[in-house]
Amino acid sequence: MADHTAGGGSSRLRGYVVIIEERCKGCAFCQAFCPTGALEMSDRMNRAGYHLPVLRFPEKCNGCDLCGMYCPDFAIRGVRNRPREDV
Amino acid sequence: MLRGETVLRSGKHFMDGNEACAEGAIAAGCRFVSGYPITPSTEIVEHLSRRFPEIGGMFLQMEDELSASICFQGAVWAGVKGMTVTSGPGFSLMMEHIGFAAMTETPSVFVNVQRAGPSTGLPTAPAQQDVMQARWGSHGDYGIIALSPASPQECHDLIITCFNYAETYRCPVLFMMDETVGHMHGKVTIPSMEDIHVVERRISTRSPSDYAPFRVVEGDVPEMTRAGAGHRIHMTGLTHDERGYPDMTTAAQESLVRRLCGKVNNHVKEISMMESRHVEGSDVVVISYGISAQIAGHAVDAVRAAGIRAGQVRLISLWPFDDEAIRNIARSTRHIIVLEMNLGQMVREVERAVRGIVPVHAVGNAGGRVIAPDCVVEKIREVLR
Amino acid sequence: MNQPVLLSPLLRQERMPHIWCPGCGVGVSLNCFVRAVEKSGIPQDRIHVVSGIGCTGRVAGYVNVDSFHTTHGRALCFATGLALSRPDSRVVVYSGDGDLTAIGGNHLIHTARRNVDMVVICVNNFTYGMTGGQVTPTTPENMKASTTPYGNFEYTFNLPALMEACGATFVSRWTVFHVRQLIRSLEKALKHRGFSFIEVLSPCPTLYMRRNRLGNPLNMMEQFKERSVIRNGEGTAGTSLEEGADLIVGDFIEVRRATFKECYERRMTEVLGERFVPYEGVR
Repeated sequence: MADHTAGGGSSRLRGYVVIIEERCKGCAFCQAFCPTGALEMSDRMNRAGYHLPVLRFPEKCNGCDLCGMYCPDFAIRGVRNRPREDV
Repeated sequence: MLRGETVLRSGKHFMDGNEACAEGAIAAGCRFVSGYPITPSTEIVEHLSRRFPEIGGMFLQMEDELSASICFQGAVWAGVKGMTVTSGPGFSLMMEHIGFAAMTETPSVFVNVQRAGPSTGLPTAPAQQDVMQARWGSHGDYGIIALSPASPQECHDLIITCFNYAETYRCPVLFMMDETVGHMHGKVTIPSMEDIHVVERRISTRSPSDYAPFRVVEGDVPEMTRAGAGHRIHMTGLTHDERGYPDMTTAAQESLVRRLCGKVNNHVKEISMMESRHVEGSDVVVISYGISAQIAGHAVDAVRAAGIRAGQVRLISLWPFDDEAIRNIARSTRHIIVLEMNLGQMVREVERAVRGIVPVHAVGNAGGRVIAPDCVVEKIREVLR
Repeated sequence: MNQPVLLSPLLRQERMPHIWCPGCGVGVSLNCFVRAVEKSGIPQDRIHVVSGIGCTGRVAGYVNVDSFHTTHGRALCFATGLALSRPDSRVVVYSGDGDLTAIGGNHLIHTARRNVDMVVICVNNFTYGMTGGQVTPTTPENMKASTTPYGNFEYTFNLPALMEACGATFVSRWTVFHVRQLIRSLEKALKHRGFSFIEVLSPCPTLYMRRNRLGNPLNMMEQFKERSVIRNGEGTAGTSLEEGADLIVGDFIEVRRATFKECYERRMTEVLGERFVPYEGVR
């Protein structure tokens, strides 16, 4: 399982995303419905030839996981760096 | 769910074949029946709809035979014994789920009280026209078991065997009654529980990681499970691997379908049941099944009284067909007559099995009435002339 | 959260990636379903999923619970036998519009009428996807399908209204754009006693949208967002999916009425008294 993690573990950032690249089919739902506009579709492709999303603006991601809810392919999830009440 | 003596009506009764079938199903442990009313099978579900609420069973009248023939399979996968009941036109609709039960290896019993067809035909008149449909009616290759009772007593006894076979072979078992045997009243003895052999469902005790619902560990029948047992199984009518996952390869198709056929057809000796008398050294043998076998019996008795060396074979199981037994009969006689209430169905199987060793003759009709013993007597005299 | 949905034990992880096309809404609905099941707290071995045939019918093969991929249109019938025989489990029928409303239409109306205790999730993508994009009872008027090359000229079902008329006791419609609402609605349905029906409108980019030049899946998601009006608890009157009209979504019906099993037991107890032995299936 090839995980592409961006921003993980950094205490300055509110959240980050985890992507299982091999599952992604490049539909761009995650990017389109990200409420903070943190994601972008990249030129990078997975083995099946689908363009992958990338966390273009890590500082915008709050780890709300709406990308995860919209993902038809169980390929992405948002993770909060701190518990909700601290944000 | 009540079991054992409290539910059985042990003792001697005067009842018709349909009621006897219903009581036999209860004795076999059947507690879920989904059906749809159709003459001449309806008395079976009427009887069960009255009996089940008192013994913890459930009868559900569905919207059609398509639903009736799969609803009970849902109950079976929950761990219950179930069946459906129908007649000609409904049997045609049920073909879909005979195939589904074969593919998903669901222990299932389908009762068909045969009436004269095709189509709506003669709803209240007997026939034996569905015996080839029973074997080949659903699309694809698969194995089924079919039994044919000749009396009300056998309607009781053999439906129990149907349930036992369903559990043993995890396949559809078809109980091929006919209108006459279904509506015929006779003495029916219901034994006590200890005298009834019932095969119970074997639920795998393997751990989920060690279990696959279609993996054969011993013999050629996989261990069964039930919903909620923790095995988290998947089953599908698609060609599948041993975990039940769809596998669209020809290799998977080849091994699965060969096993589905083989697990029945390779056990013909264990499954097959027939009765014979006066076969050895005879000049003619009448082969028949179901109610026609009673007719054949009268005819054989009549000609024997007149000095003709006639024998009789009664097929109790129709499918899988016991080629070898039939061939042995051919070696012991000079003529074979097949008597059945159709225009020539099982006679084809007999001819195939006999391989020309002796001539095979047919006596039949288009259904609607049982064939008079005189017709058989006449045929016996004709072939020996 | 103990386990992210990506790696949820409720999914057969070894079977991923699944077969659905890029941008297909079936995956979004399944994503929401998994979240709803987790929220509901129903133990994994007490939930069973039954599917019919078609793209959505493949859901049963991806959920890591006892799951049954049955015949075309008959999932409801199998589920009825299963649900009555496992009264301590939740049975979910998960299938598509063609399977549930065309070939399974008779079973749908009768299972709803009986108020059998189960959840039915109907992913409506307006077409038969698996067989190549044929017309279904929900294909909007004038839209093309492989079997209506000149446009669909038949009237369509309004599924929530149909289900209300049949006696369903929980009726919702959402789209795969409404993920949060859908998760909540599914969770409610899982806790509801009686027949629950949730229509989930979903894009079929490959066979419905492309043929009708409707753009990419995101375009339909945008449509769902812009056209939808949420109307909870007001019944199903005026909810038909006519072209140009508002797309009405919401939890339309939520009433408590005795289930099939409760009706059966009540009647038998009245008539048979102590002679009545309830059917318990297997516990």
